Amino acid sequence: MDEPLPEKGPLRVLIADDSDSDRLILQAMVKRLGHDVVAAEDGFAAVEQYRVFHPHIVLLDVMMPRMDGMEAAHEIKALAGEVLVPVIFLTSLSDAGALARCLESGGDDFLPKPYNRIIIEAKINAFNRMRLMHRTLSHQRDLIHARNWQLLQEQEVAKRVFDNVAHTGCLNASNIQHHASPTSIFNGDVLFACPRPSGGMHILIGDFTGHGLPAAIGAMPVAEIFYGMTSKGFGCGDVLREINQKLKRILPTGMFCCAAFIEADFHLNCLRVWNGGLPDGYLIRGNGEREILTSNHLPLGVLSPERFAAAVDYYRTEPGDTLLFATDGILEAENADGEMFGQDRLLEALDSAEEHGSAFDAVMAGVRAFTGAHLVQDDLTIVALEMVEEEALVGLDNRTPPSALRGPASWDCSYSISDRTLGHFNPLPLLLHICMEVPGLRRRSGEVYTLLSELYTNALEHGILGLPSDWKSSPEGFGRYYAERERRLASLRGHRIEFTLHHRTSRDGGELRIVCEDSGPGFDYKDLLGPDEAQARYAGRGLGLLRQLSVSLDFKGAGNQVEVLYQWDYSEPRSQG
Amino acid sequence: MSDKPHLDEEALAELQDVMEDDFDVLIRTYIADSDERIHALRTALRNSDTDAFAKSAHSFKGSCINIGAPRLGALCSEAEMAGNEQRLERAEILLDTIETEFKTICTMLENSLES
Repeated sequence: MDEPLPEKGPLRVLIADDSDSDRLILQAMVKRLGHDVVAAEDGFAAVEQYRVFHPHIVLLDVMMPRMDGMEAAHEIKALAGEVLVPVIFLTSLSDAGALARCLESGGDDFLPKPYNRIIIEAKINAFNRMRLMHRTLSHQRDLIHARNWQLLQEQEVAKRVFDNVAHTGCLNASNIQHHASPTSIFNGDVLFACPRPSGGMHILIGDFTGHGLPAAIGAMPVAEIFYGMTSKGFGCGDVLREINQKLKRILPTGMFCCAAFIEADFHLNCLRVWNGGLPDGYLIRGNGEREILTSNHLPLGVLSPERFAAAVDYYRTEPGDTLLFATDGILEAENADGEMFGQDRLLEALDSAEEHGSAFDAVMAGVRAFTGAHLVQDDLTIVALEMVEEEALVGLDNRTPPSALRGPASWDCSYSISDRTLGHFNPLPLLLHICMEVPGLRRRSGEVYTLLSELYTNALEHGILGLPSDWKSSPEGFGRYYAERERRLASLRGHRIEFTLHHRTSRDGGELRIVCEDSGPGFDYKDLLGPDEAQARYAGRGLGLLRQLSVSLDFKGAGNQVEVLYQWDYSEPRSQG
Repeated sequence: MSDKPHLDEEALAELQDVMEDDFDVLIRTYIADSDERIHALRTALRNSDTDAFAKSAHSFKGSCINIGAPRLGALCSEAEMAGNEQRLERAEILLDTIETEFKTICTMLENSLES
């Protein structure tokens, strides 16, 4: 009914009057204005004509037999629905109450008798303008409705894609407490956690500048890189560098991601923390003491790869220590008076951690009590990680999908790195990647990674650098150990580490032989009989763990060559710790 | 009421301009309509139906004003009021006056059509 119409040109006008002479006069007048006219002799006929003729404007006499003007106006307005069809009453009424009733019944105006050509023309034009304006507004409203609906649809799809790419990983682990807004993808906050193949985990909590789809799109490659690289065994420095480089390349100037990256090692019980632009994090010791983890880097996506620093802070921890990070949504949470929660209230909440059971619960309770019912826009992203004994964590799920490819069965490879490359390149992800081409090994990535990493660490730190592992058993020695490691690595000359991998499949599984040879002086392994010696040479779990995972372990040559035989079958692997 | 003219010459001239060739159709329609309305007024009065009397007078008033017969229009207006006030004797007197006035303007209109 609301077909496109030129702004000018003839209108269809319906006239209803029971007086034949009045109808003739009005019809003639409106026709002379250039419009198309249809006339009816009462209200009933007018409604019938309305259905057939679809007039733009209706002129109705008030008093008519069969159906009067007011009732006809009511019916016509109902038929017109959302379309504005102006109804003008033709009347010689002079009583104010009667005139008001005309408008109440749905009429838009009056035209007094005797008819006047000039007034009729002015009224028709005025109401046509109103009609067109109403139509334009209706169109625009419908357009906005349609656009809004489309936008919501797109956001829904985007959210589904985002949730699949940027899943929450192992945030459900027993030692993690977290809160993220259900619509966090559109407030620009990200929170991911992923187990490492060698045990331990990575956590990334971040806050993109900007909101909505742009922030969500920026977050997707971050999730891809974070989960992909962590699962392949890369360390926090490598993952951070990769994310920074990617964001720097894809984000427009002025958009970046404030983030904290946490690498937790539950075996050595230590944390590596990188904070770039996020509010202070806290390491809360078992005795309630707090260490503040202040941002000392620029956010991700700001610096070029050459200038980016992935240096982390090391913290030795004890089971029961808790690490807490939050985006600025906590500090900026507002109460009804527009006040912000702020740093002081956050510290107060942390002081009351004991009463609430955990630092996380204390902070959440503090924010909720402060904002009260005012917390409409939930922008809070907060994560707390409790340090635990390694054994306490089992069956972490990183939701890495299995591959559909068959992969190689029989293969050999040899890979060596030398000199300064030993200092700045970690070959483990590459070696693990080669092994993971075998689908049957993929489910045992944790064990394979542990073998590779123990062999490599021993070859480098003890075989070549000659670092005494017993240093790591005290907090002071721990720092000294890593400082000395850096120092000795920087001056390495003429050294190399070579890995030789050999894989064959059998009917029920396969076997992987790994030989790791270093250029160090070696040691007299023939004396390696008792466990004491093993402890001295291979720190902590080292040798014991290698023996436990493998079928056989042999030292060769001068003691600088270690051969490990690992067998796998298609049964369920042991825990992916 | 007697101060208003029988016919508003200016209004009639404008109607003639608007209606062009249909002007005499209009006048004849008006006269036929008015006959019917006077008949309806008479019937209403005979039935002592003051409401129907007032409504007919109201409609009659509208077409008289439109055609340019102000004196008859004013008489109809008074008749409408009498009907609303349920004054039957007054209505009867007014209806007689209306009939007389209508005959007068009929003659005048027919003369103007012939000329």
